Amino acid sequence: MESCRFDELNIATYRIPLRAGDEPLAIREPYVLIVPTYGGGVVAKAVPPQVKRFLNDPDNRAWIRGVIASGNTNFGEAYGAAGRIVSAKCKVPLLFTFELMGTPEDVRKTRDGLARFFAQRQSHEPHQH
Amino acid sequence: MAPISVPRKPLKLIDRVSAINWNKLEDEKDLEVWDRLTGNFWLPEKVPVSNDIPSWQAMSEEEHTLTMRVFTGLTLLDTIQGTVGAVSLIPDALTPHEEAVYTNIAFMESVHAKSYSSIFSTLCSSEQIDAAFAWSEENEYLQKKAQIVLDYYEGDSPLKRKVASTLLESFLFYSGFYLPMYFSSHAKLTNTADVIRLIIRDEAVHGYYIGYKYQRGLELVGDAKREELREYTYDLLNELYDNEVEYTESLYDGVGLTEDVEKFLRYNGNKALMNLGYPALFPAEICDVNPAIIASLSPNADENHDFFSGSGSSYVMGKAEETDDEDWDF
Repeated sequence: MESCRFDELNIATYRIPLRAGDEPLAIREPYVLIVPTYGGGVVAKAVPPQVKRFLNDPDNRAWIRGVIASGNTNFGEAYGAAGRIVSAKCKVPLLFTFELMGTPEDVRKTRDGLARFFAQRQSHEPHQH
Repeated sequence: MAPISVPRKPLKLIDRVSAINWNKLEDEKDLEVWDRLTGNFWLPEKVPVSNDIPSWQAMSEEEHTLTMRVFTGLTLLDTIQGTVGAVSLIPDALTPHEEAVYTNIAFMESVHAKSYSSIFSTLCSSEQIDAAFAWSEENEYLQKKAQIVLDYYEGDSPLKRKVASTLLESFLFYSGFYLPMYFSSHAKLTNTADVIRLIIRDEAVHGYYIGYKYQRGLELVGDAKREELREYTYDLLNELYDNEVEYTESLYDGVGLTEDVEKFLRYNGNKALMNLGYPALFPAEICDVNPAIIASLSPNADENHDFFSGSGSSYVMGKAEETDDEDWDF
């Protein structure tokens, strides 16, 4: 995330809190969710509980425009499963899948891809920050 | 050459044992990984490898020899990891639950080692098996990689041991894993490939966990030590990589697959570094693994998930399913 330098693109980044006791994150602008795949090969456990909690807020869900997932091809069919689940449930495109913390090539694709994605959306959504 | 015989020094055991209380966790990751590993438990007898007999019989003698050498090499690594590697991490554990996870890892490595024997007994003659084991003791590159890793397991640095262990779990196996994935993509030995996929899944959790514990350990040392360990990690990967290239040539030159295997090595070398929290070393253009191999590993790792590049065309909004608030109520 840091190596994507989204601040230079005027794309704000937020982190979903790790612990249940933390103040919940509320997003009220169009966003793309970057989600790791958990569960070690078990698809049902692929979406981390913190992300489920975040998306359980219907207002958060209303503003999601896309999802990017990380995973590991070692997990076979479960590779990047969290991204496919969120994509299906929230009816937004799975924009990109990368492995583990991502290679420099993945960083470049994500950074350039999101810059174009938000630029294209801006015409549809004039309230975009 | 005499069979490899280690350790030359006795391994350290833990100094003190207290009853383990799983209701009091110091690091929740220990329970999470324990649950994942036990949930993923499997035995090779569950996979119908005997269905591969017709496929095996249709393969050439050269393919037989290659397969058996590759699997014997993997057996040696699993034996090391099961009897020395994972066990050597136990005295370094920061929590009692971490010790317990290593005992699970050690046991599963022994299951992996045994599953190659199970494949051999299903497909091969005892002469072929004996010849492959004899080869494993004579291949200098295989012996060298065993030796390099074993030296660190015997050494006195807990963090270096974790680096060596993660590189074994996440990098050194892949010159071997390549072959069953390659055969499977050509509809050969597909049940055997299912066994290997189960091993590959386990190694991912092992590499992730040991890499995670390494990163927790790094938090406890100063900047100078941290920098030394970073350099050490890249140096060790380079040393092992050079040897893997030689090992790969000794196995795959005859079938013309060396170049393809080396791309797979670099791709997995990058993933091993990431498990340790370090950036990738090998640039993308020399890690362009044969898509058939990636598809054999993970049928979902296709270009359709690179929506940005516009190269994948199969994303269809209509594939989405109906959802309501209850779907997200956990």
